[in-house]
Amino acid sequence: MNKIISKENFSANVVKFVVEAPLIAKARRAGHFVMVRVGEKGERIPLTIADADVERGTITLVIQRTGVSSTKICALEAGDYITDMVGPLGKATHIENFGTVVCACGGVGTAPMMPIVAALKKAGNRVITVLAARTKDLIILEEQMRENSDEVIIMTDDGSYGNKGLVTNGVESVIQREKVDLCVTIGPAIMMKFVSELTRKYNVPTVASLNTIMVDGTGMCGACRVTIGGKTRFVCVDGPEFDAHQVDFDEMLMRLGGYREQEKEEMERKVLHKK
Amino acid sequence: MTKRDDTWRVELRAQMKAKERTNLHRVEMPELDSEYRSHIRNEEVNLGLTPQMAIQEAHRCLDCANPTCMDGCPVNINIPGFIKNIERGEFLEAAKVLKETSALPAVCGRVCPQERQCEAQCIHVKMNKESVAIGHLERFAADYERESGQISVPETAPANGMKVAVVGSGPAGLSFAGDMAKLGYEVHVFEALHEIGGVLKYGIPEFRLPNHIVDVEIDNLRQMGVRFMNNCIIGKTIAIHELEQDGFQGIFVASGAGLPRFMNIKGENLVGVMSSNEYLTRVNLMDAANPDSDTPVYKGKKVAVIGGGNTAMDSVRTARRLGAEKAIIVYRRSEEEMPARREEVIHAKSEGIDFMTLHNPIEYIGNESGRVTHMVLQVMQLGEPDESGRRSPVEVPGKTVTVEVDEVIVSVGVSPNPLLAQSTPELQTSKRGTLVVNEDTLQSVSMPVIFAGGDIVRGGATVILAMGDGRRAAKAMDEWIKSKLK
Repeated sequence: MNKIISKENFSANVVKFVVEAPLIAKARRAGHFVMVRVGEKGERIPLTIADADVERGTITLVIQRTGVSSTKICALEAGDYITDMVGPLGKATHIENFGTVVCACGGVGTAPMMPIVAALKKAGNRVITVLAARTKDLIILEEQMRENSDEVIIMTDDGSYGNKGLVTNGVESVIQREKVDLCVTIGPAIMMKFVSELTRKYNVPTVASLNTIMVDGTGMCGACRVTIGGKTRFVCVDGPEFDAHQVDFDEMLMRLGGYREQEKEEMERKVLHKK
Repeated sequence: MTKRDDTWRVELRAQMKAKERTNLHRVEMPELDSEYRSHIRNEEVNLGLTPQMAIQEAHRCLDCANPTCMDGCPVNINIPGFIKNIERGEFLEAAKVLKETSALPAVCGRVCPQERQCEAQCIHVKMNKESVAIGHLERFAADYERESGQISVPETAPANGMKVAVVGSGPAGLSFAGDMAKLGYEVHVFEALHEIGGVLKYGIPEFRLPNHIVDVEIDNLRQMGVRFMNNCIIGKTIAIHELEQDGFQGIFVASGAGLPRFMNIKGENLVGVMSSNEYLTRVNLMDAANPDSDTPVYKGKKVAVIGGGNTAMDSVRTARRLGAEKAIIVYRRSEEEMPARREEVIHAKSEGIDFMTLHNPIEYIGNESGRVTHMVLQVMQLGEPDESGRRSPVEVPGKTVTVEVDEVIVSVGVSPNPLLAQSTPELQTSKRGTLVVNEDTLQSVSMPVIFAGGDIVRGGATVILAMGDGRRAAKAMDEWIKSKLK
């Protein structure tokens, strides 16, 4: 049982929680995730750790309401408990001074990018963060990103804030302007796929942090398997970060949709019709 | 506790001639109707013996002067000792005898391959008769005690002030914990999942081993002073060296073989193809077939399970219970070579499972949304025996069949869980990823504070072998700690 210390609504569908988890806070590094379960009938889902405070013994989670489980978590309030939480899991992000790094994130990928941006900056990199969302209200963590980046480029699909266009437009403008040594991308699979295709064209090494379906999160089930350079890998123990140019994103997208029908039916039954 | 020359046992032996005992027929385990049970997910198949049946069966045991059955038991249960207590009607005493050496008698009585262990060594077998039903009797005594409400807690030595850690709460870890608690150690068991019990909970289905039975045995360990911490991964949440700094004198690693193997064939990552670990974890640990559970599971109508082990049988029988009209075992050798227990194969067949032996998948085909629709099977034949001693499967050139499926469960074995080794580089592992330990003491060859047993060392074996490892490691670690402190 992990107590929720505070809750903040970032946008209509994105919630930030600070949760008591002293052991995880101490052990975690940028790129790690936790498995979380809410309620005795709850599902185990992976969530990237957005931040941690070792002194206070807390970690920060940013969650987007998408299905039954994320809706249940987002409904919790400060003072409530998360039934189960285990971690930190996955391999930590490899941090060194690469030179100039573009961090391309979108939607809920922004929160897990936060600690990576901070760690890269601390290691002496020139960090350019491209922050993308559909519209202005969905842009989150802008201030924190500015504090840790040399430059922040905002992209919105509808042009309501920053530049009009997709995350790829923002990344491409940087690549065309200066030498980029590394690109890191976190966001929806389809977004990472397009970022990866773009950087491949320019031969910019790229790391993607994958978020797949998991049951245990410790290597046991294999639900998270992806094809990397023709070989099957487990996101939970071999990842979550991989060379984006080696990732079979089409297969990943197909596998992510594997339970879509059940999920839709569950949403109808448990969330929408409950009230 | 009970000796063969105790007066009551001498008298009991004299009550019936050995010849009469051997002429008795072996008891049949009562079971649920096969048609009924193939649609019911949570009811146990084997119903257990009645007291009358158990006493009758106990009469068959000759109480041999040299009980060879005990040599076949990895945890050295005093087999005649508990059986003779059943014969005289002292069922609670029988359970106490079991618990002297086994932390999980109700579990072992259900899932041990007795026919290859104790029962294979029974004197009856040497006389060409059916062995005493030791497993059924073990289950009877453990169940009787549990249902009586008079559960005995094994005696523990006074606290010796030293603490030891256990990584993983499966059969090896629990067995180790029980023995160390008896020796007076403060035992802390760390479990990665939210439930205690390891493979007994996530792997073995309710119809073979109900979770509440596992919980009672775990509770017994709690009463002996064993402490459990769930949601904690040693090597991730807490590092090995942190445990040492925390004053743990020894660490027993029993983290299991939690990494499913795949065959690396075309289409294996299609939607609807999954490992037996994933399938069983969803159904057993997460209760996914229950509409109240948030965890989804496919309920295929035409389900193929690849493999011939106990886990494959558990998977295929689960699929049948979740509504599969066709549930098929696909195995590359013949039924003769199947590693699954005979009882599981017979149960599966009576529940309407199809067996496609001498077939091996070479490709899966999917539809436009990436969902599996067909499997292509290579037809096999048996060749010369391989290193396992079983006849090896050889392809019949050019002969394949294509079968319609909507779900495939791959159950071709597991590899050791990599988490601890990844985070503890000084820990020596084999090429297969198993921890390298001294064969006798189970002590790590590279880190003396670590002992290891069960599947993390064996790479995929049985509950009882894991429990045997737990016992051996407890004995060796106790000796090592004491010699260290001298």
